Parts: sequence; structure tokens; C-alpha cells
Amino acid sequence: MRTTIRAFLVGLLVALAAAPASAQTVKIGFITTLSGPQGIIGEHMKNSVELALDHLGRKVGGLDVEVIYGDDQVKPDVGKQLADEMLKKHKVHFVSGVIWSNVMLAVAPTVTGAGTFMIGTNAGPHELAGKMCHELFFTTSWQNDQTPEAMGKYMQDQNIIDVYAMAPNYAAGKDMVQGFKRYFKNKIVGEVYTQLGQQDYQAEISQLRAANPKAVFVFYPGGMGIQFLKQYAQAGLRGQIPLYSVYTVDEISLPAVKEAALGQFETRYWSADLKNEANQKYVAEFRKKYGKAPVFYGAQSYDGIMLIDSAVRAVKGDLTNKKGMIAAMRQVDYKSTRGPYKYNVNHFPIENFYLLKAVQDPSGELVMQIQRTVFEGHKDSYAGECPMKW
Amino acid sequence: MSISLALVLEQTLNGLQYGVMLFLMAAGLTLVFGIMNLVNLAHGSLYMVGAYLATAFTERTGSFVLGVALALPATLLVGVLVEVVALRTLYERDHLDQVLATFGLILFFNELIAIVWGRAAIFTSVPQFLSGHFRVLPGLPYPTYRAAIILVGLAVAILLWVLVTHTRLGMRIRAGASNRTMIAALGVDIRFLYTLVFGLGAALAGLAGAMAGPLYSVQPGMGEAILIQVFVVIVIGGIGSIRGAIVGAIVVGMADTLGRAFLKPMLATVISPPAADKAGPALASMSIYLLMAAVLFFRPEGLFPARSRS
Repeated sequence: MRTTIRAFLVGLLVALAAAPASAQTVKIGFITTLSGPQGIIGEHMKNSVELALDHLGRKVGGLDVEVIYGDDQVKPDVGKQLADEMLKKHKVHFVSGVIWSNVMLAVAPTVTGAGTFMIGTNAGPHELAGKMCHELFFTTSWQNDQTPEAMGKYMQDQNIIDVYAMAPNYAAGKDMVQGFKRYFKNKIVGEVYTQLGQQDYQAEISQLRAANPKAVFVFYPGGMGIQFLKQYAQAGLRGQIPLYSVYTVDEISLPAVKEAALGQFETRYWSADLKNEANQKYVAEFRKKYGKAPVFYGAQSYDGIMLIDSAVRAVKGDLTNKKGMIAAMRQVDYKSTRGPYKYNVNHFPIENFYLLKAVQDPSGELVMQIQRTVFEGHKDSYAGECPMKW
Repeated sequence: MSISLALVLEQTLNGLQYGVMLFLMAAGLTLVFGIMNLVNLAHGSLYMVGAYLATAFTERTGSFVLGVALALPATLLVGVLVEVVALRTLYERDHLDQVLATFGLILFFNELIAIVWGRAAIFTSVPQFLSGHFRVLPGLPYPTYRAAIILVGLAVAILLWVLVTHTRLGMRIRAGASNRTMIAALGVDIRFLYTLVFGLGAALAGLAGAMAGPLYSVQPGMGEAILIQVFVVIVIGGIGSIRGAIVGAIVVGMADTLGRAFLKPMLATVISPPAADKAGPALASMSIYLLMAAVLFFRPEGLFPARSRS
């Protein structure tokens, strides 16, 4: 009797262990930053992934779905370990997410090298858009240079004669200033790179004041932006030297810095006030479910799940048909929160960029509002270096 | 970019302000390390707790000064609680165990704060009476709030110096730092002394956090960013020594700030500007560690080591 029960139990265990493998489940590994000061960005991304799954009825391409979240702690080595674990242990079909360019440069080659799809939903380092482009790599965001290119063009059009540029000293910081300079042809009086994650900018702000430029261009994402904006205002420079930024003033930093960012200009490919069906649904339901305004990091992550859904749907759930999924994703057959866009040969979007301003809406909340379109169907500058042929 | 005298003076003030912040943190850490022989990685968490409590109390009372004044005893209490509950059992263990346990405390505090206040950074503004600028010299405005931090920091340094060198408690603290077995043998209640010193260190870290709130963002994990520099300070200053903490903090604050400000323009006069653009920020971020390495090479005990440690 006892052995029968034991055999039965063992059999049950084996069956349980084998069950998930036999049923078709799409497994998605989602890497983002969930702890520490930058964890707030990851929270928005994770919430948006969950919202996308809600909207898809907890199915992706008609199949059951399992999302494994990983916290990269803003560290490339941790990101790579997570990717390895997702590939080997969880045997995921897609890896998605990744906020930081230096983490992305460690994660993407690991994933695509293992023959698995990498669907980036934020970082767009120039290496992956150019020489390192890969048919299994897609992104729903942008190439790093594109957004500052729009700001450079706007400031050039305003004919601002000299600018002081500041960014954190890492892969994306360099890309941002590079992109800015591609379209801003007037004088750069100072180009300063600070430590990634720096808290106190007073020393740099003193240098800036001494240089007395006509305007300042900065890239300070997440917590860094909050600190920089506060200290810039405290130094009394806000009324004196106009500040223009990318990825610094957004729905994450606005509630924290409030008036220190009012009237601030940004360029971006997305805004909560974009009038299209997918975006209005996303924004309204995000606010309803999480009680706060969504941010572009979230919109991209929402789009990432929708893109994966469109690919799995196109191959009728045959996850081994990678060629079919690549072809499907290249068509952008889903309703993006930014409205329609196309993919360039390097799988980076060709999309619009807008000038946004931080304004107070009638209810008193600070929101980002589109002022004008800076670029229509803007391509990144590295696609030419990508050897991929469609 | 030319380097004007006013700019050098302004950057010196910036360095001093950063230095006194580091000192407030280092004072507690160095005493705990010197007297209890405890490596406390969670010291940064007390800085964070101080910042959050000050923010919460300021919101309740509507007064920044009152908020900070309430946050100090509250952080002291948290410190005492941590010492009694968690750290007491660790004194006899080796440093690796202490590092592991206090690292656990960091995670605990970060998550606790995230649960209570959320992950999003909290904005606190500089109180009205300290906002704005005053003229240090004609043509050199300096934020009043940062100047106030310098004054508070220096005042605390003097108070601490008086406490340590001119009171009975201070004598016991110094004796504890020199030889803890002997002071226990002489009948001093060393347990109580430990708790007291730890609480005092916590309150000082809390003060640093409370004052940092309006400058930086108040968020989970804010303590770790400053903790590494604080360890550099006590290594340079000499473990267990208040005097070393003061000197080390000012030296590190100055080296870091002046390095960030002037290393690049100075290098540009020696090597080509593009090369200086690359090397400047890299060297500036290394400056305090290079300094620490140099101090360790020439004076392995630090600049002002506590006398005759056991």
C-alpha cells in the first residue's frame, strides 16, 4: 500500500513538473530596475506590462503567458546574470525591458546570441542601432540620439547662440550630447559629464554659473533629474539661464519637483496627451488602476507586450517560427500608444518627436503637454552602419 | 574657461559644505567602529531614516526647525532600538559576520521605507527663511541653506569636541576607543556606553539626513550613496578618532569638490583639451580614493589614529 502511494505521489510530482512544459505558454523575461532610487522607473514599467496583459485577457497571441521579472539594480553584470538565468533556467521565448544603455549592451548580445528575441523597451545605445544590430533585436522606444537631436534642432531653430551641456558619464550620456550636437550647430561653451547616480551638483552648477551660457542642455534621468532640477532652482539659476532637457522632466519627476520644473521644455516621441485610441485607453486605465499618471517608460513597455502579442498571433502560436515573427514585427501590426510608426532596417522606430512643456492643468496637476512637432518620421543616424537586409 | 578667485572661493565653500555633511556621518561611524569594534554598514540607513522622519515631522508641524528637532531624538531612538535588538549579538563575532548582518539591515530599512512612504522620491523644499542667497563677497552669491549647513556642522563639531575632551562621558568614550577591555574591568557599564554611543552616532547621521533632505531627494537607498565616501573619511582620518573624522571629512569634501571643478581645466593646460575632457572626470571621480591610497601607504593608521588601540 505504502509503495503504491509513494509511486502515485512520485507520478503526480512528475506530472506536475512536466505539465507547464507540455502546455503552450509564452514565457517573457522582463528585466528592469526594481530596487533602489531608480526602482520607481521599474515600477512604472512593470505596472504597464501588467496592464497590457490585462488588456489582452492575460493571453499573448492567444497563448497562456508567464512573465518573469528581474531586477538589474542598474548593474550591467547583474543584468547579464538575469538574462542567463532567464534563458537557461526559465527557457524564455522573449527577453524584454531594460532601462539603462550600459545594461542593455550587456544583456542584448547575450539574449540574441542564444537565438532568443530581445524586445527593448527603453535603452537605445548607438552600438545596437549600428554595427551590432541583430534580426532578433527590436525596440519599442528610440535610439538614444533621436530625442536630443530633436532638442538640438529646436534650440538651433530658436537661434540660441551658446549652450552648456551636462549629462551623466555613461553610454547614454555620451549618446545624448552627441545627438544634441548633430543638430545644434552653434557654440557649445561647456560639456560636462558627472558621475552616474551623483547626488550633489553644486560644484558643477558653480562652474556653470561662472561660464554664463545663454542656455543649458541636460540629460538627467530618474532620481538624478530630481536632484539636479532642485539644486538648479536653489542656486537661483532658473530665472536666469533657461534650462532645456531630455528624459529629465517627466511624470516621475514632476510630482517630486513641482514648481522647480514648471514651464520646462523637453522633447519626446510620446506624451500622455497624444490623441489616439490606444494611448487614451492606456492613459485612462493606468490612472484608474494605479492612481497616478503614466510615463513614457511605461508606454514603451506596454507597447513591448503588444508587439510580442502581434508576433505570436501572426505565427498562430508557433513559437519556433522565428522568421515568421521577425517578419510580423517588422510590419508593426499593433496599435501603439504613440500612434502608427515604422521600423527602420535596424529595428529601431521611425517616429515623430514633439516639443513638450511642463504646464499646470485645470485641476492643478503638473502635466507634460505637446507644443509642436519637431520631427516627423525621424530616423536614427546609425541605421546606415547596420548590415541587416530585409 | 578661466578660473577666477570668486569661483575658487565658491567651490571651497561647496567643498566645506560637503565636508561637514560627511563629518556628521563619519563621527558616529568612527566612534562605533573604534569603541565597539563593529563595522556598521547600516549607518547610511540611519541617515535615510533621519531624512524621512524630518520630512514627515516637518509636514505635520509645518516648521522645518521643529521637524528636524523632532527627527533627532526619534532617530536616536531608532538607533538605540537597532543596537539593542540586532547589533548586541554581533560584538563578539568577526567583521565578516557584522558586514553580512548590517548589510541585511540596509535591505530591511530600504524595504521598510518603501512600504511606508513608497519608492517615489519625496520633495522637500528649503524652508522659507533659509531660501535665497546672501553675498559672501560682491559678485559671489551663495545659497543661504548651504551656508547654514556649514554653520550647523561646525557647531556640532565643536560641541562634540567639548563632549569628548571635557566631560566624564567623553573620557569614557575615549578610554573605550583606546582599550575596551580595560575600561570594562574598571567597572564602567560598557553595555550602556555602547548603546549611548550608537544612539549618539545615529542622531548625528539623522541630522545629516534631515539637512540633506531639501538638497537631494528623499528616497529609499539614499544612504548608500554617501556611505562609501564616509568610509573613505574614517580610513583617512584614523579609526575611532573624532579629530580624524573632522580633518578627514574636510579633506575628502574639498578633494572631491575641487577635483570635479578644476581638474579638467587644469589638465587642459598640460595635455590636449579633448584628452583632458576624457581624463578630467575620470580622475576627479578617483581623487578621493587616490588620496585614501596615499594615506594608507604613508600612514596606515590614518592621519589621527586613536591612541594605543588594543
